[in-house]
Amino acid sequence: MSGMTMSQKILAGHAGMESVRPGDLIEAQLDLVLGNDITSPVAIKEMEKFTLNSVFDRTKIALVPDHFVPNKDIKSAEHCKCVREFAKKHDIEHYFEVGEMGIEHALLPEQGLTLPGDVIIGADSHTCTYGALGAFSTGVGSTDMAAGMATGKAWFKVPGAIKVVLTGSFQPWVSGKDVILHLIGQIGVDGALYQSLEFTGDGVAALSMDDRFTIANMAIEAGAKNGIFPVDEKTEAYLSEHAPGKTWKAFSADEDAEYDRTVTIDLSTLEPTVAFPHLPENAKTVREAGNIAIDQVVIGSCTNGRLDDLRTAARVLSGRHVAKGMRCIVIPATQQIYLKAMEEGLLKIMIEAGAVVSTPTCGPCLGGYMGILASGERCVSTTNRNFVGRMGAIDSEIYLASPAVAAASAVAGRIASPEQL
Amino acid sequence: MEAARGTVHKYGDNVDTDVIIPARYLNTSDAGELAQHCMEDIDRDFVKRVRKGDIMVASRNFGCGSSREHAPIAIKAAGVSCVIAETFARIFYRNSINIGLAIIECPEAAREIAAGDTVSVDFDSGLITDETTGKSWQGQAFPPFMQRIIDQGGLINYINSESD
Repeated sequence: MSGMTMSQKILAGHAGMESVRPGDLIEAQLDLVLGNDITSPVAIKEMEKFTLNSVFDRTKIALVPDHFVPNKDIKSAEHCKCVREFAKKHDIEHYFEVGEMGIEHALLPEQGLTLPGDVIIGADSHTCTYGALGAFSTGVGSTDMAAGMATGKAWFKVPGAIKVVLTGSFQPWVSGKDVILHLIGQIGVDGALYQSLEFTGDGVAALSMDDRFTIANMAIEAGAKNGIFPVDEKTEAYLSEHAPGKTWKAFSADEDAEYDRTVTIDLSTLEPTVAFPHLPENAKTVREAGNIAIDQVVIGSCTNGRLDDLRTAARVLSGRHVAKGMRCIVIPATQQIYLKAMEEGLLKIMIEAGAVVSTPTCGPCLGGYMGILASGERCVSTTNRNFVGRMGAIDSEIYLASPAVAAASAVAGRIASPEQL
Repeated sequence: MEAARGTVHKYGDNVDTDVIIPARYLNTSDAGELAQHCMEDIDRDFVKRVRKGDIMVASRNFGCGSSREHAPIAIKAAGVSCVIAETFARIFYRNSINIGLAIIECPEAAREIAAGDTVSVDFDSGLITDETTGKSWQGQAFPPFMQRIIDQGGLINYINSESD
């Protein structure tokens, strides 16, 4: 019998099984169940239908109002109130109020709540982000969240996997975002449907943790169940800073693990990349993009609102100014990132360059608020989806790119890389 | 579980949950309110045309993107009795079953059925019949537990009913 992938080994361990095969239906113990202000109210309503209305473990549930907070309108305020009251009633340890919060997928790793070897479900599709730390984590809906909160368990169909071998290291101004946009461009938005994306190869060592979070975050945009990275020295250094004293178990794929296919990416060949409307698979290099004038730039989100991202954007914006008429919106993903960006002087650079800086929120990424597009407007955004109407009017356009490209585009007034400035 | 029968509304590849129910309406979780905006950004007249029992047919990767359960809730509350597609995005698939929306993968049927056709689906056998053209296809039959989840109106009711 052939060996198991990293994801399969984690799932087997949490199902109390020696081994699992792709397609097996298993029930796994959960280490963390996550919800936000949009998905939790639906889950809470479902929970109330349960004969036994209690949570399995008040320390293993994370509730993060982040999409429409600070409350954008009365209805959103009611949703947040519902989550707050539920957290209070069940004494949920990891509830994050405005002032403590951040965008969930940046916040939970920063708080040391997502660890290698964990099985995590979240009622948010970008829950796959924690694969950067070697966890099996996947997005689910509100009903699965409710069942998870009540029972501490979830059923899974064991996924097969695509092995993504990364080699070499980046050219200047290329980052994790370019890797994942290139990969989705290659395999398509359903290229990894029902599968894991397992990243490996000597190129992994060249990636910062923030690069890995960005890449794992967008695994869902290729249809993947999860994306996962091996645990190495950089992971350990991250954990000793963010999860000191916590214990965890690193898994690695068996030598003879079977993969559905292998994709190899030489990092040194990648260029700054942009995904054109209206699918993340429409990847082109900035050189191929042509002259595309834009109205707005968003730098933030669970994909690219981390400290490395803000440092890169500030490096591009330093001593420059955004183009006349450009709206450049910067959204640090958590309060801690915001504070560090302030201490490092990054926010000063951005504000002097004509950008605005917002409190942490998912806001414009999903067309919530804080940067909605009018009809016909174009935005270069470091977010994760460029679907029709995602950021506003149905005939507005979103071009997905890295913080380097987004910042350069804000200065140029059209899609550009820092080298073109 | 009762068979589905209705008029077909047809869509292409990669219909994402943002067009099924745009985030500007996610400040509510009321099914009836969500239904009023179902498919608004891809098919503005859908809510005017749809009749109780109608069937949605789509190509690849239906329901991709956000995990919002509001998407299958909106489709179900709009009156749709079944969604047939070549493939579904996995979170959407899970959510649909969990909230009691019948959903079935059948690439051949999804490709050949045309908008406006009358289609019926027998969930016991997985048989999909296009009554307009007379053609039929064998989709995946629903295992009994999945039929019970849908009959009960979703996973939570099913868990409650099983533990009674």
